[in-house]
Amino acid sequence: MTPRDNGRIDAARARQEADRPSSPLVLFGPDRPLKLDSGATLDRWQVAYQTYGTLNADRSNAVLVCHALTGDQHVANVHPLTGKNGWWSRMVGPGKPVDTDRYFVICPNVIGGCMGTTGPASTNPDTGQPYGLDLPLVTIPDMVRAQAILLDHLGIATALAVVGGSMGGMQVLQWAAAYPERVFAAIPIACGARHSSQNIAFHEVGRQAVMADPEWAKGRYLAEGRSPRKGLAVARMAAHITYMSDKSLHAKFGRQLQDRDAPTFGFDADFQIESYLRHQGVTFVERFDANSYLYVTRAMDYFDLAAPHGGRLSEVFRGSKTRFCIVSFTSDWLFPTEDSKVVTRALIASGGNVSFVEIDTDGGHDAFLLDEPELFATVDGFLRAAAHARGIA
Amino acid sequence: MLATDARNGIRADLRLIGELIPQGARVLDVGCGNGDLLKFLEDTKGVDGRGIELSQKGVNECVARGLSVIQGDADRDLVHYPDDAFDYVVLSQTLQATFRPREVVEQLLRIGRRVVVSFPNFAHWRVRGALLFRGRMPVTKALPYSWYDTPNIHFFTLRDFVDLCAELRVTIDQSLALDRRGEKIAFRGPWWFWNLFGAQAVFVLSQRSAQRDAPSA
Repeated sequence: MTPRDNGRIDAARARQEADRPSSPLVLFGPDRPLKLDSGATLDRWQVAYQTYGTLNADRSNAVLVCHALTGDQHVANVHPLTGKNGWWSRMVGPGKPVDTDRYFVICPNVIGGCMGTTGPASTNPDTGQPYGLDLPLVTIPDMVRAQAILLDHLGIATALAVVGGSMGGMQVLQWAAAYPERVFAAIPIACGARHSSQNIAFHEVGRQAVMADPEWAKGRYLAEGRSPRKGLAVARMAAHITYMSDKSLHAKFGRQLQDRDAPTFGFDADFQIESYLRHQGVTFVERFDANSYLYVTRAMDYFDLAAPHGGRLSEVFRGSKTRFCIVSFTSDWLFPTEDSKVVTRALIASGGNVSFVEIDTDGGHDAFLLDEPELFATVDGFLRAAAHARGIA
Repeated sequence: MLATDARNGIRADLRLIGELIPQGARVLDVGCGNGDLLKFLEDTKGVDGRGIELSQKGVNECVARGLSVIQGDADRDLVHYPDDAFDYVVLSQTLQATFRPREVVEQLLRIGRRVVVSFPNFAHWRVRGALLFRGRMPVTKALPYSWYDTPNIHFFTLRDFVDLCAELRVTIDQSLALDRRGEKIAFRGPWWFWNLFGAQAVFVLSQRSAQRDAPSA
């Protein structure tokens, strides 16, 4: 099988996941339209989600997990496209910190995603063609609004906890801001109340890489049977650097050469780090839609929780009864600890109930996905206390 | 700062502070360590407790125990709390380690209706003895560090603190002297007596009501 064939097979399967996912699916019609921040409305839209554990009789043990930019709903099961374990199977599962023996865990794919929830790779019901750029832009509040409608559908009035890292953490903050009475406890990890200028800059580099690929075809690549694999791979490579710390890169790769004893005096992947990044890029494009990458990065760029309150973040949470546990990582330079401290201080000023934990690690931004015992102990203890406070044994 | 002397699961001086705090109060513990006092108060008094702790290790331990604690320090982070946010603010064995103790006490009184402060007494007879007879900086049970690695940067005595309370026009609601084991000295003596025999002191303070009710603008 040539790599190209391999790509085609994956592309076909990925296309299928976008419209008819292997996950449970809810279809919403004009009776439950999704109003978007852009002013547009989706009259026919769908949400794909995964659940783990059992909802108790009181419907009080639901934990909503929000996924990050390139994550999806496959938190703790084998991924249907990659065949790998779910992205948070260290955190979520029986006996894990988010214990599926105790809690009912729900993770929906975000609006704008490409794993079954309506996104640019979905088929536009009006045309029968993939949306591409015809899908209105979506925001973090739009993602959360869609999730709230899903929880209505599942009969869950108030989540015991909403948990997520990075863009997932942004959704957690948005949940707590927009629906304080529906969020008993919130765990925003490695995130901030807004996307920084530096973060927007990195995203723009990624988007430009996608759009500079001729195969992108002004966003119509799916309809034309093409794929901007090279552009998306470069976007992923650039982004991946921002998820790791200099120290962890150095420890993992140093200046070691890849399968050779001397430099080749060419532009082949001489260094291990180059080979690693190329691998990251290539494997990413097999499972992720390029337009989806544009939409979801844009949603993060637009995120600014305090903006509707004149920039006063403490106003966002005033009167909130939600218990917060904010977590940052020492080596995360994409969402540095100071971003989490800003949110912590705002919650203190508004009289909120907040814990703040900074975890000492070289893992960088991606530490929330790694084996970090202190993170697990924090989430485990905080969730148990929240469950106890809510009267769940 | 006092070395941990765990008896019945909680340091004697912390238990004593715990007993001063009423059922169901809103409590902020500044410098809450590994959360022993907060946990004790939540379990026995059903308080709504929060903590600030300087060491990240202490914070992480607290949160893993289910307590609401943030990383921060008394000198810098009290300003973020709103006025009268708590019924009780506790500062246990920490005042002597702050950079600006006077401002810290003022902040405590701003955010708490009552303030509980405990500190090692630098006028205890053993401390005086170490200086007077041995000519050495004292290392005692209440002050267990050598001069070169002590976190305690502002030493003061029980009577110094009484003077500060007068200067700040603060009401002393309660005062206790503790012996070397952290037990309450049962009988009440004049200040000079406690100042000599108290290894530690615990004060409960509140703002004078006249000052509190004065219009702020």
